[in-house]
Amino acid sequence: MVTSVTSLGKNGLYDWVIQRGTAVVLGVYFVCLMSFLITNPDLSYAKWHAYMTSGYMRVFTLLALLSMAAHAWVGLWTISTDYITTRQMGAMATVLRVAFQGVCALLTLVYVIWGVQILWGI
Amino acid sequence: MVKTVKSQRPVNLDITTIKFPLPAIASILHRISGLAIFFGIAFLIWGLGASLESEESFNALKECLNGVVPKLILWAILAGFIYHFIAGLRHLMMDMGYFETLQGAKVLATLVLVVSAVLIAVAGVWIW
Ligand code: HEM
Repeated sequence: MVTSVTSLGKNGLYDWVIQRGTAVVLGVYFVCLMSFLITNPDLSYAKWHAYMTSGYMRVFTLLALLSMAAHAWVGLWTISTDYITTRQMGAMATVLRVAFQGVCALLTLVYVIWGVQILWGI
Repeated sequence: MVKTVKSQRPVNLDITTIKFPLPAIASILHRISGLAIFFGIAFLIWGLGASLESEESFNALKECLNGVVPKLILWAILAGFIYHFIAGLRHLMMDMGYFETLQGAKVLATLVLVVSAVLIAVAGVWIW
């Protein structure tokens, strides 16, 4: 059984709410972006650039990136504590699980910083 | 390690003995697609950067997306998003108390699988 508490919220209920809230943000963002791409075939650089760097899309994309970070963290944490357990993997499980979570956390951080750099051009 | 539960409760999760009815398939695919798009995002952010950096890199990206392999990668990521999105809506509906009967859950799982399959096919046509 996994007894380490490294989830994002204080408990499962917080995690559950975080995952729902961020899911809605991500869903709306996904639909908006796809609608733009579908309704603009043969998109030119100028139009795409103007769309993505508008104040509204910059903020929305930042929001989506942060939501993705929280959402993916809760989700990946759930997956890791479901499968990488002492019962399924033996004594090494805790080390493996923390390693997996470390990779996920690092990748998430890279995504957020990378995305911010692209859109806010540091 | 601190024990937060007093007794080790019995568990039966010998996964090989568990049957997979439709709602279970819809559910596990949601999990797999979530994991997959998490790694797929690396490609998307890379593409976002290339598309915005300059007109040349934008055109280079467009050129690159004429290839079969990049198209397949993009389609795979998009398929993951589409499935995760549709199945995510199923989760949210069930959280709000709809489709919770056995029959309702089966119908909804079927709907999720069919609608996603159609949308993924449409996405494929759109990409090519
Ligand atoms: C940035 C993109 C996204 C990533 C990387 C991602 C990743 C994940 C992962 C890894 C899980 C855990 C799966 C599990 O526990 O079985 C999850 C769960 C979930 N996702 Fe996403 N997801 C994304 C976008 C979305 C979107 C757009 C929706 C909107 C409909 C959504 C809705 C959900 C819901 C409702 C759950 C909870 C499932 C549960 O409680 O078992 N996700 N996501």
